[in-house]
Amino acid sequence: MTDPILKIDAVSKRFTRKPGLAERMVGRFTGGGKPITVHALTDVSLDVAKGEVLGIVGESGCGKSTLGRVIAGIHAPSSGSVALNGRPVADERHGTVHKLTTQVQMIHQDPFASLNPRMKVGETLAEGPRYHGIIPADQVRARIRALLEQVGLEGAYADRLPHQFSGGQRQRIAIARALAMQPEVLVLDEAVASLDVSIQAQVLNLFMDLRHDLGLTALFISHDLSVVRHVCDRVAIMYLGRLVELAPADQLYADPRHPYTQALFASIPTVGTGRGRFEAIKGEIPSPIAPPPGCPFHPRCPFAGPRCRAEAPRLTGAGPARTVACHLNDGGVNMQRGAA
Amino acid sequence: MTAALDVKGLTTRFETRAGHVTAVNDVSFAVQPGRIMGLVGESGSGKSVTGFSILGLIDAPGEVSAGAVLIDGIDLRQLSDEDLRKMRGRKVAMVFQDPMMTLNPVLRVGDQMAMAVRVHRPMSKPDALDHARKALEVVGIPSPAERLKAYPHQLSGGMRQRVAIAMALLHSPSVIIADEATTALDVSIQGQILAEVRELADTTGAAIVWITHDLAVVSSLADDICVMYAGRIVERGTAEQVIGGPRHPYTQGLLDSIPALHEPGRKLPQIPGSTPQLSRLPEGCPFRPRCPRATDLCRTEPPLDVRDEQAVLCHHPLERA
Repeated sequence: MTDPILKIDAVSKRFTRKPGLAERMVGRFTGGGKPITVHALTDVSLDVAKGEVLGIVGESGCGKSTLGRVIAGIHAPSSGSVALNGRPVADERHGTVHKLTTQVQMIHQDPFASLNPRMKVGETLAEGPRYHGIIPADQVRARIRALLEQVGLEGAYADRLPHQFSGGQRQRIAIARALAMQPEVLVLDEAVASLDVSIQAQVLNLFMDLRHDLGLTALFISHDLSVVRHVCDRVAIMYLGRLVELAPADQLYADPRHPYTQALFASIPTVGTGRGRFEAIKGEIPSPIAPPPGCPFHPRCPFAGPRCRAEAPRLTGAGPARTVACHLNDGGVNMQRGAA
Repeated sequence: MTAALDVKGLTTRFETRAGHVTAVNDVSFAVQPGRIMGLVGESGSGKSVTGFSILGLIDAPGEVSAGAVLIDGIDLRQLSDEDLRKMRGRKVAMVFQDPMMTLNPVLRVGDQMAMAVRVHRPMSKPDALDHARKALEVVGIPSPAERLKAYPHQLSGGMRQRVAIAMALLHSPSVIIADEATTALDVSIQGQILAEVRELADTTGAAIVWITHDLAVVSSLADDICVMYAGRIVERGTAEQVIGGPRHPYTQGLLDSIPALHEPGRKLPQIPGSTPQLSRLPEGCPFRPRCPRATDLCRTEPPLDVRDEQAVLCHHPLERA
């Protein structure tokens, strides 16, 4: 891999909520009332190469959206660092956050919430570039037209309001708004999850076209494994704030190594597999407020042993370009899976 | 065998400023006991309104304007409000996408379940609680006796949805209608619940209508599938027929646009345009403007083409060998 454009180094993010007055008073008698900490991200390290599309997959509470937000500079990491082209994305002490974060643009899940309903589409698209001086003022209109055409809409739509568009069209506008900033990295957070299948295919095609035309680097955050397989080069699987497996997409889908990845693949319904075959994962996702000690997946893992309960596994190499965080990552999982 | 649920010519209209909008247009299907019927469609196709119409839950400005809904041979549309209320929850129950729509946030799970039991069957509260506990056990809730004492907010999303399903099961209804019941859940939890729903249908003999936008869920869960578009059922058949050999161009288009069925990175075949507004439907076949097979003939009402058990509403259905 060439020098990474984006380097995420040992990033942890904790959200702490201080107890309210009533909770503190009750806490005096019950011993509660202590601050509540959500461990959204724990020790996540990732490199993203220029022109790469990296998929980030996991269930709710796994920290995939928080990771996207940390990369976009919306949240500062509690520890660790995110660097874009060698410069930190978010550094609150020096107050340099806003200049750098223009280079990472996010596209959100719900295009009904992410577009200002009172602003014309053209104004929405022009706002960022104008504020940051990315496009000269006299070229703004022409640039907006070009952007709209680039995402498959008509230039004349610039004068319309968001309510005049369907969900798929709005998501195109959201993509155009992100592209208007000429970003180095796009973060798509469940960007096609709220769209109907037929519309989802249109937006995925658009994304793949843009990727080829513009050489985009992107993080594609999604819970939908089939969509991720279709558009991503590499895939990171997350569970309870940790990265559990990272591999090129074709290798991951052909041979998932982590027991969680295997279970995730098994529980996803696919078209044409026939009736009633769900090898569901047992149990529930633990709360990120009180993550289990050791490996976060051990309470649900069919292969868990004593070591898994005591010690969190580190990401280690499992073949060229792929890593897994599992104590059984020495061929043991495959042996046991064969036996099971 | 008589169908547990037999819907005939169901039509639901809404009065809007733009005139009458027909959200459910002459919909007919039947579900046998113990079978799961997947009702699939994109947003605005009328699949949820169909579910609501079956239970008579359409309020003004909407009305069910035609058709019959037979449950165990009784036409719900002929019943008085009071008799219909007695059917709901007892003979036919519904599970919604958001379990908090079903659960009262200020009542303990046990209290509201006992209430639901005693509405239809007079019994003491301890007996009703016991009945509720058994229902929770059926849907795979661990330590059900403790869960009865919990408030809904103390349960996870998956647990709440299980409670909602358990409430639907309380009176062993003949028909259960589930509207996007696992859409908001994580895949691993969805897998657990789908497995339990399949088992429920097999063991209790309930007829289940599973309304969803997710073709993959329906393809692995359902016995039969109805595909809705713009208020009509455009294709109906067994799951194998509809998924394995779709005959309506819309069904074919939907299946084609699923990424899992294509080589990664390839352009996906897409259905052009977007779903039409019900107030401005084109004349004839509503799918005509987006259909690759459309001809001038499609400006007229499409006929119902039935082959084996697969029925398709189309002038030019795809031919299967």
